[in-house]
Amino acid sequence: MKEQNLKVVSNKALNDSTYELVLKGGDINMSSGQFVEIKLDNFYLRRPFSVAKIQKSFLTIVYKIVGQGTKEMTKICENDNLSVLTELGNTFDLDKAKKPLLIGGGIGSAPLFQLAIEFNERGIRPTILLGFRNEAEVFYLEKFKKLGDVIVATDDGSFGEMGNTVSILKTKKIDFDCYYACGPMMMLKALAEYNSNGQLSLEARMACGFGACMGCSIMTKNGAKRVCKEGPVFSADEVVF
Amino acid sequence: MNTKVKLFGHELKNPIIPASGTFGFGYEFAKLYDLNILGSMSLKGTTLEPRYGNPLPRIAECPAGLINAIGLQNPGVDKVLSEEIPKLDKVYSDKVIANVGGHSVSEYVETVAKFNECEKVFAVELNISCPNVKGGGMAFGTDPKIAENLVKEVKKHSLKPIIVKLSPNVTDIAEIAKAVCGGGADGVSLINTLVGMRFDLRTGRPIISVGSGGYSGVGVYPVALRMVYQVYKAVSVPIIGMGGVSSAYDVIEMMYAGATAVMVGSQNLIEPLASKHIAEQLPRVMEELKINRLEDIIGRAHNE
Repeated sequence: MKEQNLKVVSNKALNDSTYELVLKGGDINMSSGQFVEIKLDNFYLRRPFSVAKIQKSFLTIVYKIVGQGTKEMTKICENDNLSVLTELGNTFDLDKAKKPLLIGGGIGSAPLFQLAIEFNERGIRPTILLGFRNEAEVFYLEKFKKLGDVIVATDDGSFGEMGNTVSILKTKKIDFDCYYACGPMMMLKALAEYNSNGQLSLEARMACGFGACMGCSIMTKNGAKRVCKEGPVFSADEVVF
Repeated sequence: MNTKVKLFGHELKNPIIPASGTFGFGYEFAKLYDLNILGSMSLKGTTLEPRYGNPLPRIAECPAGLINAIGLQNPGVDKVLSEEIPKLDKVYSDKVIANVGGHSVSEYVETVAKFNECEKVFAVELNISCPNVKGGGMAFGTDPKIAENLVKEVKKHSLKPIIVKLSPNVTDIAEIAKAVCGGGADGVSLINTLVGMRFDLRTGRPIISVGSGGYSGVGVYPVALRMVYQVYKAVSVPIIGMGGVSSAYDVIEMMYAGATAVMVGSQNLIEPLASKHIAEQLPRVMEELKINRLEDIIGRAHNE
């Protein structure tokens, strides 16, 4: 973990409810799966965010407006400075897959973008299955298409296939050896029940984000583990839902 | 500047102590800074058996603090002694305060006694004020007779000084303080968290899985100061003040109110270097306020 002051390069809407925040700082030594915690003015706790892209001294965060904090974040301006805890949590294990399938549910698709970049750097083009509620929530589609073979599903069928990531996975023949998923808990649970050969990136309400408060501990087959410290990435066969 | 204070004959280089539950077992913070700047630390609340704690969510944010309902998650006293404290010992040279929770008198007694042989621990803080444990914790800290009896039993079996951590969720905290001193407490620490709630705006349901939790953070600071002030008037044992402390100025005020040492809690969670910064800031603030010896200001607010 590192506490850093990062400068806002841009903060723009990708669609009605999703924003992209680009930050610039000094030395950012992170890999896919890890997260950051951002301090906002007028809010007591820092906010945890996955990272969509890590590039030298740039960090890209894609966030969805879900509450007061994220609503306030949309007002962040270029050249603002933010106090950010970086290098939090563990990383996805890329060695698990030769034919990876990346499964994103809604805003959970964000960290899979960096993961797709890292697979491409290894010469592996992943299959990417993205689920959204409807067409209006889709983001980064063209960017994902450059990095992998993309299947999009929407709950209402307004874009791509009709259904969710789990129903698509069950009905379509997708060739993969290990999956990497991030999204709502319900989706991760259904995935783990269907196929245990995967890695799940979990989300939890946190206070500290660096292992001190025990606010985000989940039960696993190997005892209690902190989403912020031993996670956020867990093996699908170890999480006790 | 003399920042030294004494607790039960044990000298602390300064009165800054990270509070139990906000600092784990300390060693993880050693990756961020040299812990030896801290006067001491209070370890994560420990019970006889390992505990997972409450279901998630355990955290709810507030404008000037947070609500937590961890539920005393810890690996159990045996592991704390065999694994956690040795890890801490490698990165922190001073002695620490163990923090003990429980569900019954016998569990408290047994757990406290396990620290008798642990040299790293100079005192045991008895948590009789945890709002997040069913059938225990706070139930011991809100009734003076039950609290006094518990302390009496624990004292019979403990070789270490006993600090009793008091709940603010009572009508008269001074009455409880007197009761635990009647039971033989060597010191008191206060305040633990205030019971609070938040609700999800969309569902109307409590955010915390178990409904309510303990509220802490800068918002509770004036309440904590008032209670330390009240307790100082009521008892003569050393007081460790805590609740919303976020700067060296807060430390000074807490000592004016009557605290011999001061714990830093929630601030560690939002600013990982908080305790270090406060310890560094303290001599500068003393200079500014023309305080040469920190021990001289304990209880200054009570001077005629």
